[in-house]
Amino acid sequence: MSLNPSPATASGGRRERSERSRWIGAAVSGLLSSVGAVAIALLVGAIVILISGDDPLVAYRALFRGAFGGVRPLSETLVAATPLIFGGLAFSLAFRAGMFNIGVEGQLVLGGLAAGWVGAQAFGLPKLLHLPLALVAAMLVGGLWGAIPGALKARTGAHEVITTIMLNYLAARISAYAVGTNGPLKGEAALPATDPALLSAQLNRLVPGERVNVGLLLGLVCAGLLWYLLFRTTFGYRVRTVGLSRGAAAYAGISWGRTITLAMMGSGLLAGLGGASEVLGLQGRYYDKFSPGYGFTSIAIGLVGRNHPVGVVLAAVLFGALNSGATAMQSAAGTSKELVQILQALVILSVAAFAAVARLQIGQRIMSRRSPGSSGSQGGDRAAAVGMEPDLEARPAPPVV
Amino acid sequence: MTAALANAGSPDTTPRETPPMAVEMHGIVKRFPGVVANDGIDLLVERGEVHALLGENGAGKSTLMNILFGLYHQDEGEVRIAGQPVRFHGPRDAVNAGLGMVHQHFMLIPRFTVTENVILGMEGPGALRLDRQSAERRVAELGEAYGLRVDPRARIADLPVGMQQRVEILRALYQGGRTLILDEPTALLTPQEVEELYLILRRLTDAGGTIIFITHKLREVAAVSDRVTVIRRGKTVGTRQTADTTARELAELMVGREILLRVNRSLARPGEPILIADNLTVQNANGLALDRLSLNVRQGEIVGIAGVEGNGQTELVEALAGLRHPDQGKILLKGKDITGADPHQVRIAGLSYIPEDRHGRGLVLDFSLTENVLLGNADDAPFSRHGRIDYSAAETITRQVMTEFDVRAPSPATPASSLSGGNQQKLVIGRELQREPDFLLAVQPTRGLDVGAVEFVHRQLVAERDQGRCVLLISFDLDEILDLSDRILVMFNGRIAGEYESGRVDRAELGFCMGGRTDEESTLVA
Repeated sequence: MSLNPSPATASGGRRERSERSRWIGAAVSGLLSSVGAVAIALLVGAIVILISGDDPLVAYRALFRGAFGGVRPLSETLVAATPLIFGGLAFSLAFRAGMFNIGVEGQLVLGGLAAGWVGAQAFGLPKLLHLPLALVAAMLVGGLWGAIPGALKARTGAHEVITTIMLNYLAARISAYAVGTNGPLKGEAALPATDPALLSAQLNRLVPGERVNVGLLLGLVCAGLLWYLLFRTTFGYRVRTVGLSRGAAAYAGISWGRTITLAMMGSGLLAGLGGASEVLGLQGRYYDKFSPGYGFTSIAIGLVGRNHPVGVVLAAVLFGALNSGATAMQSAAGTSKELVQILQALVILSVAAFAAVARLQIGQRIMSRRSPGSSGSQGGDRAAAVGMEPDLEARPAPPVV
Repeated sequence: MTAALANAGSPDTTPRETPPMAVEMHGIVKRFPGVVANDGIDLLVERGEVHALLGENGAGKSTLMNILFGLYHQDEGEVRIAGQPVRFHGPRDAVNAGLGMVHQHFMLIPRFTVTENVILGMEGPGALRLDRQSAERRVAELGEAYGLRVDPRARIADLPVGMQQRVEILRALYQGGRTLILDEPTALLTPQEVEELYLILRRLTDAGGTIIFITHKLREVAAVSDRVTVIRRGKTVGTRQTADTTARELAELMVGREILLRVNRSLARPGEPILIADNLTVQNANGLALDRLSLNVRQGEIVGIAGVEGNGQTELVEALAGLRHPDQGKILLKGKDITGADPHQVRIAGLSYIPEDRHGRGLVLDFSLTENVLLGNADDAPFSRHGRIDYSAAETITRQVMTEFDVRAPSPATPASSLSGGNQQKLVIGRELQREPDFLLAVQPTRGLDVGAVEFVHRQLVAERDQGRCVLLISFDLDEILDLSDRILVMFNGRIAGEYESGRVDRAELGFCMGGRTDEESTLVA
């Protein structure tokens, strides 16, 4: 600011108008930037296709038809999107509290295991009780698995990125043991899996003959609930305050440790439900290693969806479509199977780049407004809001009067 | 490298005419939007002296030094180093011209060793290979020469603060610094470390080095400086030989002598005490931050706490606001014991708190105005019921706050980050006052605001008082304290060092008390 002082004391009326247009601009660009990022990713992808000697137009047309052209493709897109909706929501809830939950994968795996085992038990219960019981089991186990890193951080400051990665390994080992040879939860068949879930515990198919199931609706309901939780309740307000400014949260008497622990618990709960949906709606039983890394893709979903429930659903459908259209693109345009992964990576990079640019602009805006006397702790708080990673060095707020 | 200082101070071989000043700053003007930080400052620093730069917080010392060090560029005026006019484009130019800066908050990398920190940015041309051993040797030599003994291989994180400061000084010397700027170097030191620092500074000047010592403590001026330049409100008010001046004179220069103009303020009619703090003691890492401090604030009065930053104000505020549990003592608000209550409970008991740091504490910049009005209130009626936030009620209140407190923004949905500093502060104040608190804790409420906003805030505080509330004002701006307070308490070293009635205060007396002096007529140099 020292070099080019901004005209911060310009006349009132003009100032307000420019503030307003800038603010509207920010909202619109927030909405459009994810879309724009996807467009750019597809454009770069087209270049990649061209270089590999294929016709991008043909490829993309095939991709689109493979994802949306008919009941079967549409169903497969939504099937692929379902676990990502849950995972993306899970990641977003934690992220809103300033927590980077890499442990969605482990929470999802153990939730699936719990649902699979409960679903396979012949309790003699009607569906109205058995299915909810299995889902609740998944939520409990997933929520517990998520609460652990939250509580560890609240108590000891142990970084959640480290602890959730470790808990992911632990979850994978637990799963391998539980349904492995002589495992306590292993089913009759010679598979690393539980017994099949009883009909009374299965999520119904939505369209006869297609795999898309009630799990999708469950995911959409969760998105609505999460939106309500974040933006309409005092708990959601606490979560967002803690995530954006620890100093302001302390000022308002919001307990940081309690809030991040609960947010991580909610995050694990959603992830666990995602595992249950996959097991009870799609696979019909719990298989070890049933998740091809849904939890990790979910991080990208949260990022691309800007950690907003609506954005998460859209991002999950986009990734689902890319997955389900991949085969069609491969056979029609002769592109390689890996191209879809390249496209997904391009989407992620492109969204990240957009976020980085936005952060730079906001940073400059703040710098240009800082008066010489004002103290400067804004940077870190804003990074969490705009960008990809929360403040990884979340230190206790400095004691400022 | 050891020779750097010797070079500077060795014009002995030639018959000296008038040796050029180490640093000359003439008529420096630096404007920021809404503020003139430096308004024609002159500073002349001779070679080989310790020159103290004395002034209150916000007097313009740091801005001036940032200009000298190339971090800012002056709007008007001239800087000369060793007689040559210079125009720095950044700190690197300043370093090349022989300047070194030791910041108040050290710029060291905790995980690096002493040597690694010292040579940072000066690794030499062979960037691939670091000649660690010879670097360590040179650091040790340099340390030996000036009594800056510190193990070159120790990690910064393992060193006490005083040692870290030595590393900063070593780095400045290593980079060829002949004139060192020390920005409030004693702020974080223990008394023993301060003594050692004085010795080091003496050695440096004996070797021909020059020191500019920024401070607002009279005691330090007396202990270490040869000459002192006093700055007030961006202007140089005088330069004195330390030996020829008195603490009283410096205090007067620092805080001014003019009679106050009291505007729009009737006499206070204080009632019952609302807030009582009794024997508060708070221990922090550096020792006792609050030392059995007692005070009370009565209904219908503004009590101002004057004092130099770092004398326990932070801890007092945190204890009162519920952000810190006092080790001993009691806090009563309207007769209710709120010692150790959390911030929300304290708010419910009747406290409103305008924090100093509106960005880090008072606001969430990415939240809308409405969401910011919810801050601290979200759990209470009428803002929420059964865990559900009533956004339309919150928005209505936000609109009221915007109207009553003149917060200029397009709508309650505007993000707080897009408001100017003055409007942000008005939002914070509006939020805190719409709760109609019994006790208002206002900490630096006008920091960084322009004149118009300052006046607005001041009028609000007086209006609160006139409605029978009680206000505790903590500020490092003495004028603000004098303008607003019905009673003035001076904080020094975690205690109330003096109490003055409004209207019967001599500014110099106050400045004197803030500096921790009680025997007022003694000269500085014993």
